[in-house]
Amino acid sequence: MRFRDGYNGSSFMELLEIEHPHLTPNWDRLFAATVGELPAVAHGTTVIGLRFADGTMVAGDRLATMDYRVAMRDIEKVFATDDYSLMAIAGAAGPAIEMARLLGIQFEHHEKIEGEPLELEGKANTLAHLIKQNLPAAMQGLVVVPLFAGYDRRRRMGRLWRYEVTGGRYEEKEYDSVGSGSLFARESLKKSFQPGASRDQALRMVLEALADAADEDRGTGGVDTVREIYPRVKTCTSEGIEEISDSRIAQIHQSIIDGRRRPVE
Amino acid sequence: MAFPYYVNPEQMTQDKAEFARKGIARGKSIVTLEYDVGILLLAENPFKLSKIGEIYDRIAFAGVGKFSEFDRLRKMGIQWADVEGYRFSRDDVRGKALANLYSQAIGEEFNRSIKPFEVEIVVAEVGDPQFAGHEANALYQVSFDGTIQDQTGFCVIGGSDDAMRGHMVANFRPGLPLGDALRLGRDALQMAENGSPELAPESLEACLLEAESQRRGRKFRRLSADDVRDLLGA
Repeated sequence: MRFRDGYNGSSFMELLEIEHPHLTPNWDRLFAATVGELPAVAHGTTVIGLRFADGTMVAGDRLATMDYRVAMRDIEKVFATDDYSLMAIAGAAGPAIEMARLLGIQFEHHEKIEGEPLELEGKANTLAHLIKQNLPAAMQGLVVVPLFAGYDRRRRMGRLWRYEVTGGRYEEKEYDSVGSGSLFARESLKKSFQPGASRDQALRMVLEALADAADEDRGTGGVDTVREIYPRVKTCTSEGIEEISDSRIAQIHQSIIDGRRRPVE
Repeated sequence: MAFPYYVNPEQMTQDKAEFARKGIARGKSIVTLEYDVGILLLAENPFKLSKIGEIYDRIAFAGVGKFSEFDRLRKMGIQWADVEGYRFSRDDVRGKALANLYSQAIGEEFNRSIKPFEVEIVVAEVGDPQFAGHEANALYQVSFDGTIQDQTGFCVIGGSDDAMRGHMVANFRPGLPLGDALRLGRDALQMAENGSPELAPESLEACLLEAESQRRGRKFRRLSADDVRDLLGA
């Protein structure tokens, strides 16, 4: 603790860089030590975000892959970064989960130092900064492409952003998906999406889209009925963050596959 | 080069202590007390600048004296706690360690600097009923010279607090419901020499560390004037 000459701002990331640089990743040094190819690391696959009447809904499958193998069957990809924001990760799981953790600490740190939370726009920009910092790692194959969603209490609406590796952030008005199965999830949502949908309608749309992604993309995990592992779905509204129960998801999933079942000829 | 005069260390320490005490006595006192399921921190403060703040999941801070000094100490505490929690885990951030750091930082300032800090602070930590060995609440009081005291039940900081402390000693009971604890704290604040005899809910800054709070990890909550009014009326 330094009273006089210590860092005096509200950013946890800057505090780490200035006073605890050994706790931040030094990509130059890390990659200087890397000879040849980076070993295989776990990758998260498909996540989806959409806006509905009450706010935003974010969902992800639970599979992490390492090349063509399963790395983890029940990984968490949808993180509450504070009481009114969600981050969903796709890409290299290690750096992405670390990024979500750092983001959560950054929001809390700012709120405690200043006595007020960041606006949702400020939170989205903070994540853009983190992704930009990760660019050297992305160039080596550790790409992190998250979705960020939340409830904007100032504008009283749900908002959703997607990012690219350069830190570019793009606000989406309807829905978006990133990860290996995202092409199929987006195609699915293109047909099913309705603006201002109810919570139940939105839940059905994202589960249909995840089912479509899992159907076409080998990297995306569907519902694992043997182990009872279901996609993770969270909503962010004026009431805060809520997780949809597995039993509700199982129920809707059952009705989706019942509707798709074809008799064997 | 000017030759430094000899200064009697005893005299200097006394002068500094007197200076710090005077500075602290100008401000209003703060009372911190345990209630049945948490800790209440209460100050007379009708302004927007807070004297009480959240440090970490189970830890809160309250300071009296010079605002710029104790607010910087509050921020240092948050910085330390967040780095500690990031480096290790959230459960590794402990009030005792923070209180010791404050004690050292304030004590060093008292010894080395011509002008000591004109502050007195409290580090409150609410216990975790699920965490064996950490069930109990803790209140650490750190004075302007770095003296640290581990208080049980309640703690009063600020200069003109003899009447307040007397009222607390006479009336404090462990396990008070929140409404009773709030009334006791307010009555004590009203007895402070430089306090107001009639404190409206709008003039109180009241914060809680709620042991059973459902909020993810963070047990700190700032009560609004309406919350305070409801609780006082109940």
